[in-house]
Amino acid sequence: MKSFKKLALTAMMTGVLAITAACGAQGTEGNKEQAGEEVKQLQGEIKIDGSSTVFPIMEAVVEEYGMTQPNVKVSVGSSGTGGGFEAFIAGETELSNASRPIKDEEATALKEKGIDYTEVQLAYDGLSVVVNKDNDWVESLTIEDLQKIWIEDGTTKKWSDINPDWPAEEIKLYSPGTDSGTFDYFDEVILDGKPIVEKATLSEDDNTLVQGVQGDKNAIGYFGYAYYAENKDTLKIVKIDGGEGPVEPTNETIESGEYAPLSRPLFTYVKNTAIKDQEEVYDFVKFLLENAATLSEDVGYVKLPEEEYTKQLDTLETLK
Amino acid sequence: MNLINHESVVKRMKPRLSKNSISKWIFFALTMFVLLILGVLLYRIFSQGLGYLDLQFLQSLPSRKPENAGVYAALIGTIWLMAVVAPVSLLLGVGTAIYLEEYAKENAITNFIKVNISNLAGVPSIVFGLLGLTVFVRALAFGTSVLAAGLTMSLLVLPVIIVASQEAIRAVPNQLREASFGLGATKWQTIVRIVLPAAIPGILTGGILALSRAIGETAPLVVLGMPLFLAFLPKTFFDMITVLPLQIYNWTGRPQAEFHALAAAGIIVLLVMLIIMNSIAVLIRNKFQKRY
Repeated sequence: MKSFKKLALTAMMTGVLAITAACGAQGTEGNKEQAGEEVKQLQGEIKIDGSSTVFPIMEAVVEEYGMTQPNVKVSVGSSGTGGGFEAFIAGETELSNASRPIKDEEATALKEKGIDYTEVQLAYDGLSVVVNKDNDWVESLTIEDLQKIWIEDGTTKKWSDINPDWPAEEIKLYSPGTDSGTFDYFDEVILDGKPIVEKATLSEDDNTLVQGVQGDKNAIGYFGYAYYAENKDTLKIVKIDGGEGPVEPTNETIESGEYAPLSRPLFTYVKNTAIKDQEEVYDFVKFLLENAATLSEDVGYVKLPEEEYTKQLDTLETLK
Repeated sequence: MNLINHESVVKRMKPRLSKNSISKWIFFALTMFVLLILGVLLYRIFSQGLGYLDLQFLQSLPSRKPENAGVYAALIGTIWLMAVVAPVSLLLGVGTAIYLEEYAKENAITNFIKVNISNLAGVPSIVFGLLGLTVFVRALAFGTSVLAAGLTMSLLVLPVIIVASQEAIRAVPNQLREASFGLGATKWQTIVRIVLPAAIPGILTGGILALSRAIGETAPLVVLGMPLFLAFLPKTFFDMITVLPLQIYNWTGRPQAEFHALAAAGIIVLLVMLIIMNSIAVLIRNKFQKRY
């Protein structure tokens, strides 16, 4: 009996401790609130969800925004482009990140719910096609070559099928999973709706793809530019020939649009009524457009040309 | 006449002894293999993450700059999550176990319930995520709050707690109950004063192990659509939170190697929490178990 009481006491103490910890946390936030009173302090809550590709940009923006507007509670999720739109349609979020343009059925669903939205372009990402460092034969590939490599046609693909001078060894393919916006984009510009090679290794984790290509001489893979940029020393980039000669993805060629067709814009979709009715949402989107250029480069993406941001800022003013 | 045929015994002794030592070495090798895997895992995580693990890491919010990033929000979020999961799952779980063991009659319905509870314990966690999304986030409109996440996690660990509590209650010797009844105690008095105190070590061990599982689960929370980045901390049970496994999951997916090291540091924090909780379970068991 005595030990039972002791136990109950221990349990209570733990509870009290947990609550104290939580209260302590509130205290520190309260102190922060008293700082910086030059800017007009807004209040409110902004919920963002969507593409995991766009997540790092949003995280950076929210981090910076929190320094000017600590009372606006912004949360960013990363359920993927499709999952984000699902929540956006259900009216759970104000902003929905996407690594591809909105699909027709998603747009229709939003219309049925009476949700008007504005598409905001944040940055570019250049899908990078890479091969193993020891691969000394591939320098550049045309769109037709990529289609020959990636579309399933019942045969086992060998490098020699693409160019007779190349070794007669099987090509090992590494691709992002079919749920990702990266795959959707590749599907649209290269696969054209046809099935991807069945033997291809699909993974939702791009680091797995990086490791796969690093470890296999006959491998080829594609993923976002940031993953190539971080692994430049251990991967070999393939120049892409979109009809006007081979182009290597770099910040300059992606920004200028020269690296085509594999450079893609990254978006966030904003609920129009939220811009109108919630001052903090308007303020956040404005901050987003003003800072997206530097912050997206910070996390490994490529900024849009300056005038694109100005144009979108003008559009934002008309929505207010 | 020899009762024991020494010759045949000696003949059969050798192969039996060698069989014995071979199996001993096989099982020793298997144990070592498991330990080796654990060792490799720990080495990898500690060599990668230790450099990032300092007070600043525990006190900072996530950041795009790895050197400024930390797990503060996730750590507080995990504590908040526990504040919901622990009472809800323990009350419901122990209550159910008391009913099933002490009150319910042995019949088809009771058996059906028991079988299904065991089945629930084996349901993949992502399914509970879908349940939570439909019921708590959407239907009851809790949103992605502490409450929704906590209730989902409670459901996830509930079967484990029920089964552990059932075992603990069943292990209480029947003579104790009979003695209590014999002294004129009612059923409820017997349960509260005799059965529960005797069963508490088993119940708490099971409960704490179940809570440890709730701390480490990621899949259901991903399905619920829990946010990954929060620049604020929760104040009520209706606020949003992010938790440690989500933060780790997010960092491992980043292209930059520094974030992978941060993930390893986050894993160390999570491991330390788990080890502390498991040690409490072991301590409780050792302290209260020697009652008879």
